[in-house]
Amino acid sequence: MSTVFIALQANEDTRPIIDAIVLDNPECTVNRQPAMVKIDAQGKLTVRRETIEEQLGRPFDLQELQVNLITLSGNVDEDEDSLTLCWNS
Amino acid sequence: MDMKVAKKKLALKEKYKLLTRDLGWEPSYQKKDDIYPYIKYEGIKIHDWDKWEDPFRLTMDSYWKYQAEKERKFYAIIDAHAQNNGHLNITDARYLSALKIFLQAISPGEYAAGKGFARTGREFPGVGTQVACQMQSIDEIRHAQTQIHALSNYNKFYNGFHAFADARDRMWYCTLPRSFFDDAMSSGPFEFMIAIGFSFEYVLTNLLFVPFMSGAAYNGDMATVTFGFSAQSDEARHMTLGLECIKFMLEQDPDNLPIVQNWIDKWFWRGFRLLGVVGTMMDYMLPKRVMSWREAFEIYGIENGGALFNDLARYGIRPPRGWDDAGKALDHMSHQFMLALYQYNFGTAFHTDIPTEEDMAWLDKKYPTTFNKYYRPRWEHIRKLKEAGTPYKNMGLAKLCQTCQIPTVFTEPDDPTQLTIREVDYKGDKYHFCSEGCQHIFENEPEKYIQAVLPMPQLFQAPLSGDLVAWMNWVGLQNGKDNGDYFGSEDQKNFDAWRDLATRNV
Amino acid sequence: MQIDLRTVSIEPLRQTFDHLARRFGNKPASRYQEGSYDIQATENLHYRPTWDPDQLIYDASITRIVMQDWYALKDPRQFYYNNYTLARARQQETTEANFTFVETRGLADAIPDDLRQTVLDLLVPLRHAAWGANMNNTLVCGYGYAAIFTQACMFHAMDNLGIAQYLSRIGLLLGDVEALEAGKTDWLESEVWQPLRRYVEDTLVIRDPFELYVAQNVALDGLLYPLVYEQLIDGDLSPRGASAVAMLTQFMRDWYEETRKWIDAVIKTAAAESPANRAVLEEWTTHWTQRAADALLPIVRQANAEQAETMLAEEVTALKARLKKTGIEI
Repeated sequence: MSTVFIALQANEDTRPIIDAIVLDNPECTVNRQPAMVKIDAQGKLTVRRETIEEQLGRPFDLQELQVNLITLSGNVDEDEDSLTLCWNS
Repeated sequence: MDMKVAKKKLALKEKYKLLTRDLGWEPSYQKKDDIYPYIKYEGIKIHDWDKWEDPFRLTMDSYWKYQAEKERKFYAIIDAHAQNNGHLNITDARYLSALKIFLQAISPGEYAAGKGFARTGREFPGVGTQVACQMQSIDEIRHAQTQIHALSNYNKFYNGFHAFADARDRMWYCTLPRSFFDDAMSSGPFEFMIAIGFSFEYVLTNLLFVPFMSGAAYNGDMATVTFGFSAQSDEARHMTLGLECIKFMLEQDPDNLPIVQNWIDKWFWRGFRLLGVVGTMMDYMLPKRVMSWREAFEIYGIENGGALFNDLARYGIRPPRGWDDAGKALDHMSHQFMLALYQYNFGTAFHTDIPTEEDMAWLDKKYPTTFNKYYRPRWEHIRKLKEAGTPYKNMGLAKLCQTCQIPTVFTEPDDPTQLTIREVDYKGDKYHFCSEGCQHIFENEPEKYIQAVLPMPQLFQAPLSGDLVAWMNWVGLQNGKDNGDYFGSEDQKNFDAWRDLATRNV
Repeated sequence: MQIDLRTVSIEPLRQTFDHLARRFGNKPASRYQEGSYDIQATENLHYRPTWDPDQLIYDASITRIVMQDWYALKDPRQFYYNNYTLARARQQETTEANFTFVETRGLADAIPDDLRQTVLDLLVPLRHAAWGANMNNTLVCGYGYAAIFTQACMFHAMDNLGIAQYLSRIGLLLGDVEALEAGKTDWLESEVWQPLRRYVEDTLVIRDPFELYVAQNVALDGLLYPLVYEQLIDGDLSPRGASAVAMLTQFMRDWYEETRKWIDAVIKTAAAESPANRAVLEEWTTHWTQRAADALLPIVRQANAEQAETMLAEEVTALKARLKKTGIEI
């Protein structure tokens, strides 16, 4: 299985987002680096709007991710409810 | 009239489709071939532009909204950095060489990419593709500008930044990135997408920004961290565009595979050579280091690139031709490149220096099989010469690779003691190459690469006619200020004095 | 150890970059200047384009307009990415609020049916024309010369796309997906729209970036925006009960007012450069203004049969007066 990842800026905005990603992807690995948090997962990683909203306590538009996103890896599939990264192999 | 039925809420995908690709139509007053004249000659066959998958479905209203948010954050930090002498927060001014190279070599490339994506954003017939390219075009303008703005304050206090616009067109080592981007710009729209959208953005940009910016964070440079991460947030969109584009080409027609594979081979190698510069920055220019070039390449090149090529294997794509050679070069390239930069440092608008004992211990730890064996002895020899008052300067002119334009300083993949010498005779002239990869690229398109402007022969032609002082004026290099060793430079003296002012009561 | 860096007072070594000091003297440069001047490569271009070996990668000679220094084409708004994006984000917020206001209060449903249909017939097909404008300004950015000019064209192209999307949303709000479908059919088939579609398609094959700039931004949009948004929406349809539509099109009106200052400045500078430039600009503006007027007449007539000729004549006169101020007589 290949690794997919998403990296976000380390700041107050992303803390609940990272918590949500960990809740939805319990197998993932969180690497905290200077100014950046990189989350790796095997094969597939899903970011779900609802879980973020629960952590955040307010409505969240997944496109808001753009503001603090640093990089990602994998094929992207996004709709209003979730963003999925995956490798097909 | 009936009661208006409550409107059905459109799903994001459906709405995006209506707001973008539905804007186009089949022309009837003009021929499609005349509207899109450049999409056939490369041989790529596209049967149905509607099969294009939109990667991120940003409409302009959300684009403005989220980009404005990024911009507000960015400029708030840049302003504070300038107002509070943030430049004195960096570990030491040796670090600035990395930023000088960035401004001279990378930022102009961002601007060129912006032009290039405006062209593809116009030349591709599918509206979805056009819009994605256009957003990337305007983003690349952003990147060039935020970089210039972030580094502008450094220019006020340190040497080497002031002539970046002249260096872009005239400085010998700037022909490396310039020839890379000029090569992409002179290619057709599909190759451009593989060159910049796929190879550069997807395979290589992580290597440029992520470790480099973490390095900036370790070295106390908040201005650079901010522009780096802020730019990189756009790259996530760009990378996805590059990947979608390659999948689209491969899914449209099996005949596209060999063409695409050939471009992947070419642009991987060109990109690998170009990013060798980042290797020298990571291994030699950061006073406080995060990770070595090798480690960064393992994560973002080998692991991530490997995952990508595994994924593309279902289309028949294999890893790029130079993949194995790149792996073998990893333990050598940054050292060989840095030794070359150092010996020509009378002609660089950034400082380099002999690594300290502490630096060399770190390099040995990171490159246990090669550094002490091959490169430490050379650095120690160079240090001895300097201490004896006879510093080693190569005043001769480097032989440049006709393709990548780096001096031919690299060794054979399987023998680090053997300098790679490759030559090709073409139409009565002899051309030199740094590697098999670069020779192969030349041989595929000799008529293109014989046009390359090589800075070394230029120095000997009128109006410079070999006059080094005239050359320095022409490239905007201030002798004794911008060039030479870091230790003893004006940058070092100023930084130490200013820092002293900040830390003591005088 | 805490360092209070603010207390350190040090003299800068220099005020700005060399290329800006050569243009403006050794003083701190504005962010607009830093981000716009001389950032396009000009010398030692390595390879000829494979897509057209007669051109250089950046080639000032692909247009008939000749400028000694293309960086003379300054944008009076001094837009670089940051202040452009912030300006549009603010306008976007207002537009969004306007859409929400109209939606939540059911103001769209309050528009009389015949008037609603007139609005849809007028505005929805225009989203295709706005896409044409987007393509054309993207081309001017891609092949035009000098960042100071071409970056503004890219901003303009993204605005064109934004407008096409706002028009689509108006269509969805007033008439759902069916309205967009009907609008596209009109654009492709209705006699009313064919002259404009022909105009747009004819501009899509122009490869002289400056002629394209004139045909799109000066001639077509110079007539279309005041005719549609000022004369028809504000002057006619809004008083008849479609004031909600005036709210939804506020962006277009403000945008036109703002951007025409930039367009006029570009034309004025290019015309003042030489009599030859002026002659070329007069030739282009004469040709394309006439064609644009002919293409717009049936569209205006469809919305207001009685006053169409008068409205059009007024706007042609206004455009001529506007051009006269830039040194162009047609």
